[in-house]
Amino acid sequence: MSRITPHGLARAAVVFGLLAAYPFVVHADWLVNIGVFTLMYAGLASAWNLFSGYTGYISLGQAAFFGIGAYTLGITFNHVSIGSGYRPFYVLPLIGVAVAIVSVPIAWIALRTRAMTFAIVTLMLLFIVQQLAFNLRSLTHGSQGIAVPQPSFSSNFDRPYYLAMLGVLALAMLACWYVRSSKLGLMLLSVREDEEKARGVGVRVTGAKLIAFALSVALTAMLGGVWGYYLFYIYPESAIDPLVMIGAVLMTFLGGKGTLWGPMIGAFVLVPAQQWTLTTYGATRLYLIAYAAVFVVVLVLLPRGILPSLGELVESRRFRAPARPDVTPRPKRAVS
Amino acid sequence: MSALLVAEGLTKRFGGVAAVADCSFAVDEGSITALVGPNGSGKTTLFNLLTGYLTADRGSVSFAGRRVRRPDPTRLYRAGLTRTFQQARVFPQLTLVENLVVAIQQPWRAIGRRALGRADGERAHRLLEEFGLAALAGDRAGSLSYGQKKLLGFATVLMGEPRLVLLDEPAAGVNPVMIETIERHVRELHARGLTFLIVEHNMNLVMRLCDPVIVLDHGTKLAAGPPSEVQSDPRVLDAYLGS
Amino acid sequence: MHIVVQACILGLLTGGVYALMASGLTLVFGVMRVINVAQGALVILSAYLSYALFRHLHVDPFLSVLIVAPLMFALGVGVQLVFIRSLRSEQAEELSLLITWALALGIEGVLGAIYQTTYRATDPSYANSSWTVFGYQVSEVRAFAFALSVAILVLLYLLLAWTRFGRSVRATVQNPSSARLLGVDADRVRALAFGVGVSTAAAAGAVYGVLYPFNPGSHYDLISRLLSIVVLGGLGSVGGAVVSALLMGVVEAVVAVEISPVWASFSFFVVLIAILLVRPQGFFGAEERTL
Repeated sequence: MSRITPHGLARAAVVFGLLAAYPFVVHADWLVNIGVFTLMYAGLASAWNLFSGYTGYISLGQAAFFGIGAYTLGITFNHVSIGSGYRPFYVLPLIGVAVAIVSVPIAWIALRTRAMTFAIVTLMLLFIVQQLAFNLRSLTHGSQGIAVPQPSFSSNFDRPYYLAMLGVLALAMLACWYVRSSKLGLMLLSVREDEEKARGVGVRVTGAKLIAFALSVALTAMLGGVWGYYLFYIYPESAIDPLVMIGAVLMTFLGGKGTLWGPMIGAFVLVPAQQWTLTTYGATRLYLIAYAAVFVVVLVLLPRGILPSLGELVESRRFRAPARPDVTPRPKRAVS
Repeated sequence: MSALLVAEGLTKRFGGVAAVADCSFAVDEGSITALVGPNGSGKTTLFNLLTGYLTADRGSVSFAGRRVRRPDPTRLYRAGLTRTFQQARVFPQLTLVENLVVAIQQPWRAIGRRALGRADGERAHRLLEEFGLAALAGDRAGSLSYGQKKLLGFATVLMGEPRLVLLDEPAAGVNPVMIETIERHVRELHARGLTFLIVEHNMNLVMRLCDPVIVLDHGTKLAAGPPSEVQSDPRVLDAYLGS
Repeated sequence: MHIVVQACILGLLTGGVYALMASGLTLVFGVMRVINVAQGALVILSAYLSYALFRHLHVDPFLSVLIVAPLMFALGVGVQLVFIRSLRSEQAEELSLLITWALALGIEGVLGAIYQTTYRATDPSYANSSWTVFGYQVSEVRAFAFALSVAILVLLYLLLAWTRFGRSVRATVQNPSSARLLGVDADRVRALAFGVGVSTAAAAGAVYGVLYPFNPGSHYDLISRLLSIVVLGGLGSVGGAVVSALLMGVVEAVVAVEISPVWASFSFFVVLIAILLVRPQGFFGAEERTL
């Protein structure tokens, strides 16, 4: 388990410093736009990793809460005057907390099932919420969608959104790091390793899973809020999109499920590629084939992801002694 | 001596077969009680019933004088009843120290604290020293040998400061030196006031270590008493050697 | 009352087709613990195949099953061999879910590239005719589709119950390691079982195109229903899938007439959640805790 090391702190400072400087240094709107989505997916992937990476339960429902976050922002906008400009950003934490609270009973029901059924049930959550978005017309205006008033940011329109996404991403990374090094993290990892045994040594598994899930949902909902505000229009198909879900999952796997920086790395690799594919092939749906291909390649060839594979490569060079037959050559540090 | 664990009329059916049928017995506080029986006598099922991994169809379990209404492994652990696993289950990717620390009971307000606090870490190290595993403290538990994993599993359940430890075939699959080590630890801990209920096939170990010995057959208690008595009980011999 | 009974009839007929699709899905899970998220996409793929055969070669959709099903069986075996078998076993279950999702996306992409997003429907001459039985309207195509589903489910049952392959499948479902010890070639069983699972989707898909308009994106709706059905029935239980498919079909149809068509598809989820609260393993699923 990690503590605050000068090394780690420096690394985080450099990364986030560079990211914060980006929109001030880069002037092309479309580049900042890609940045917004890259950070968004990085946040989604980290939030997903916070639950699924640490507990081992594959949840496929986060996109539903992303949409709920977006809709919450939209609906609040239409009923309460938050004002425009930067004020909606300050509402984000409230949205995160509110959606997280709502998610707890849902998660509790879902967690009563076994691992595979859990994946399916969370996937269904996606479909259910999308259906609700279509059907609850009085609330969500159905397929017409909800409009969010445009803010009056003069120039550098994308910049505030970029910074907002960066803020949520920073929060997500902080949460991941903190959970990982806390007792909660130890509990979650024990669930991932052997849940029955964890129960047997007094770990309160249900509570731990619920807390992790709620944290994951809060972050996801906040990202949804920023996204909704960014696009001005919230539709059921775009707000609750299976492709967003699968994208976040893929990025986490690519970078390294269960690692701290892995999801971010995965997002930084895939989102620009994804945006490029979309602009080039979007109309013909061929981009779906590209997604599928990347997915298959990652899952079959690099299932543990970039970071762990790199780590193994480095460690196997460090320890040149032949491996003992009953010991797998793994780094002696604790789980990263 | 008062009874620490009392099972009354426990019954569990799987399909048409009653693995455990109206089984009643008591484990006295401060004893090292053995639970033995031929294959198929229901020992494993009974173990799982006692520790909350299975729900009984009928019957009850009482621990420390209080009836346990819905046996659940986590609650039982916190109440002082804990078990090891026959297959030496550990958390393979966690270090030995982490394996132990995770088993310390935490109140909810403590989950935000550092995973390996100083006090917890020291306690874990002391226990590892006792079990001769201190040198491997920072290694991943998955890299241990089978016997070492069994020791680790044993040490882990002690972190919860239990009153009663159920050992599931501690001698299974380990060499005689390791069996002696495990026996030594059981005796030491027993001297410090811990009660044990041991399911075992290794009769030599049972006869040396345990008193009383409870014999199960076809899911119900056949005999119970000091090892010498049970050893010469014709019904017991029948059960083991009979059809 | 008349309307409700009419709805029940419609629901049963539709449920039969869902039962066919779902049986393949749950069978594959039972044999190799793989959730084939692409089952919906494979149905749609078969629908397109059947549509193409009808448009260009005037093959009746019900007859096209004879062509489409074996084709898709081969595809299924191929997919299992190439993608699923190559997953490393420690994470195979979760990864298989993601890989089959990728497969579904790939199929959607290919179909979208060829056919774009316009809705299609296979419309043979009898598509809109119906009979009147005891005062109730019974659509001809739905009746045929139901009959076809029943026929194939019976074949599936015979396959599982009477053939050596079927016995191997059942053994693998119940206890994979014992089955292997008894000489069952696990790899072969898995590949063939996956092929069977896919061919049930194919058979259903061939006629699906006659029942509903479809486009490449229709698979999401389908898979959400199929997943509800198999979870409700108990993962791995073909009988459970059939029962819950019929149940869901009826519930959906009745909700459509009694409450509103808009909420009809939502009823799938409501029923599922209600049952999961009480019985997390579904109707016929195995109990949760294993040690």
